[in-house]
Amino acid sequence: MKRRAFLGTAALLGASSVTRAQKLLPAQDVGALVARITGGAVPERGGIEVELPPIAENGNSVPFRVRVPSPMSAADRVTALHVFAERNPRPLVAAFHFGPGAAKADVATRIRLAVEQKVTVLASLSGGRWRLVERPVLVTAAACIDEGV
Amino acid sequence: MAIARLQVPATARAGEAVEVRLLVQHPMETGFRREADGRAVPMNVVNRLSVTYGGEEVFRAEMGSGIAANPYLAFWIVAKSSGEVVVEWVDDKGDKGRVAQPIAVS
Repeated sequence: MKRRAFLGTAALLGASSVTRAQKLLPAQDVGALVARITGGAVPERGGIEVELPPIAENGNSVPFRVRVPSPMSAADRVTALHVFAERNPRPLVAAFHFGPGAAKADVATRIRLAVEQKVTVLASLSGGRWRLVERPVLVTAAACIDEGV
Repeated sequence: MAIARLQVPATARAGEAVEVRLLVQHPMETGFRREADGRAVPMNVVNRLSVTYGGEEVFRAEMGSGIAANPYLAFWIVAKSSGEVVVEWVDDKGDKGRVAQPIAVS
C-alpha cells in the first residue's frame, strides 16, 4: 500500500471529526483501515504482546511497546506492525517494517493519545498471515485537543 | 538539521541480537496546535525513518502525528559482521537527518 495514499485517506476519515468539539472525538472505524492493509483478509486475534500503561497520565507521550513472538527466520517472520488509535484525529499512528536483519519483532516508542480509547496493533507475518490485538487505555491528560478547548 | 542520539553496543558476537535505541530531536508538530497569536502551526512530523546495517535495511518506521515529540525508537537487529548502523529520516518539510554508529562484531 502506498503510504501517502493511505495516510491521505486516513486524514480524510479523520477530517470529518477534526472539529471544535475535539474532546468528543468519535471512534473511527479501524476495521476499515485494517482491511485496506490486509486486503480484506481477517486477522487472527491475539499473539501480540502490547505494553501500554492501563492509565496514561500524559497523552502527549505514552510509553508503548509491541512484541510478537517469532523465530524471525526467512520462512517464518514478522514483516510489519501497524498501530492504530481509533479516537486520535489521525488514527494511523505508525507502521514499523522489519528487514531480514531484524533480530526480533519488538519495537518500543512513545505515542500520543487524544483521549481514552482503544489502541489496535496489526501484525503482518510471512505467508500472508495477519494478527491483531486491541488494548484499552485511559488517558488523564489528553494530547492534541488544543483546538476548541 | 535535526539532532539525534543513536545507541548501539560498540562490540557484539556474531549472530547476537543487539538492541538499537534512537532518539531524534524533532517537535513532531501535529498541525492541531496554534501559536499565541492564533496562527495554526503546520503539521511537520518525521514521516519516514530508515535504518540500515551493512548497507541493508533492517528497520523502517512510517510515522504520523500519533508519535510523541522527539520520537524514541528501540528495536533489535542481528549482529552479523562489523559495520555501520545508519539511521536516515525525513520530515514533512523535506528536512533530512542522518546519524551512524559502528558495531565491531567478533
